[in-house]
Amino acid sequence: MIANYGYKDGSGEYYISIDTDKCISCSADRACLTACPKQMFETITDDYDDEVTWVKKPNCRTLAYDCADCKPSAGYTSLPCMTACTPGAIKHSW
Amino acid sequence: MNAEVKADTLPEKNEFWRWQENVWVDETKDWKSAKIITCGIDVGSVSSQAVLVVDGELYGYNSMRTGNNSPDSAKNALQGVMDKCGMKLEDIHFVVGTGYGRVNVPFAHKAITEIACHARGANYMGGNKVRTILDMGGQDCKAIHCDDKGKVTNFLMNDKCAAGTGRGMEVISDLMQIPIAELGPRSFDIDTDVDAVSSVCVVFAKSEALGLLKAGYTKNKVIAAYCQAMAERVVSLLERIGVEEGFFITGGIAKNPGVVKRIEKLLGIKAMDTKIDSQIAGALGAALFGYTLQSKKAAG
Repeated sequence: MIANYGYKDGSGEYYISIDTDKCISCSADRACLTACPKQMFETITDDYDDEVTWVKKPNCRTLAYDCADCKPSAGYTSLPCMTACTPGAIKHSW
Repeated sequence: MNAEVKADTLPEKNEFWRWQENVWVDETKDWKSAKIITCGIDVGSVSSQAVLVVDGELYGYNSMRTGNNSPDSAKNALQGVMDKCGMKLEDIHFVVGTGYGRVNVPFAHKAITEIACHARGANYMGGNKVRTILDMGGQDCKAIHCDDKGKVTNFLMNDKCAAGTGRGMEVISDLMQIPIAELGPRSFDIDTDVDAVSSVCVVFAKSEALGLLKAGYTKNKVIAAYCQAMAERVVSLLERIGVEEGFFITGGIAKNPGVVKRIEKLLGIKAMDTKIDSQIAGALGAALFGYTLQSKKAAG
């Protein structure tokens, strides 16, 4: 399942996509949980009883601001969450 | 199916936004002879529904406005449909809560997200060909892909902005002083297509609508511009995950032809029809999840 967390408003489209098929049997030992400086990720049991990572609910409405510090404009060449997620489950839409 | 409209919920003098609450029970079935009775309660931001499923089939439902207290809304919704068929809470084997107030349903055995429940409900209502679901809820909007069993394969939700939601339509209904059920049909009562209102925010859209009225637009033309704007916003949301054949719309806005027809035109695809009230999809899905869980429990 592709789970898109985030929003679209007048300023743009801000979604973090998590491919739960790659996330269920995480080979990176859930490295995203600690890689995110804002600690936006957490592990949950989803509706189909699979253990997956999601973006915490309050962050889903503030992604543009929460992720700004990790974007190229802040000096990063790659996003810490995507780099830590070696199975390639995490993607940003912007 | 003809649901009973509660007389005291019909629009009154200044309540143009008020949509019809209704309760329905399938009187051709006898719940007393059923093996498994389950219930789904969807406590949404604007409306609450309780659906009863008897041996895996829809038996009855109650759809009403959510109050300021989620547990009470859940209780009232369930009580309404139980009163209609003479059922008691003890007769129900499994209750699943869903919607934004799902964790506040005191008698629920399990809480499941509305995303999974809408997919399951749409699969029941539209059949196993349903692949793309658009849920236009009271204060959020969801685009969902599912497989032939109603399991979610892709979803996104926009609950930050009220544009393209039922609440937005209520605001316009109130502004125009036209009953909400008449907005859709009236939006077609114009000679030419109109441009959508440009504001993304529902508050600014209201201001823009006022400006259009002052500029000489008729009410119907403003309504058409607003319906067009809602359609364009949800279509842009849908385009992010893509639209497949087997397109199904759930939620209260599915009853507004002014928005639905414009969405169909923009997508170039027709939404699937159903005889079941589109507003109960989430609660129906929850009750069906309950049926599966109770069946497994009963089988040991």
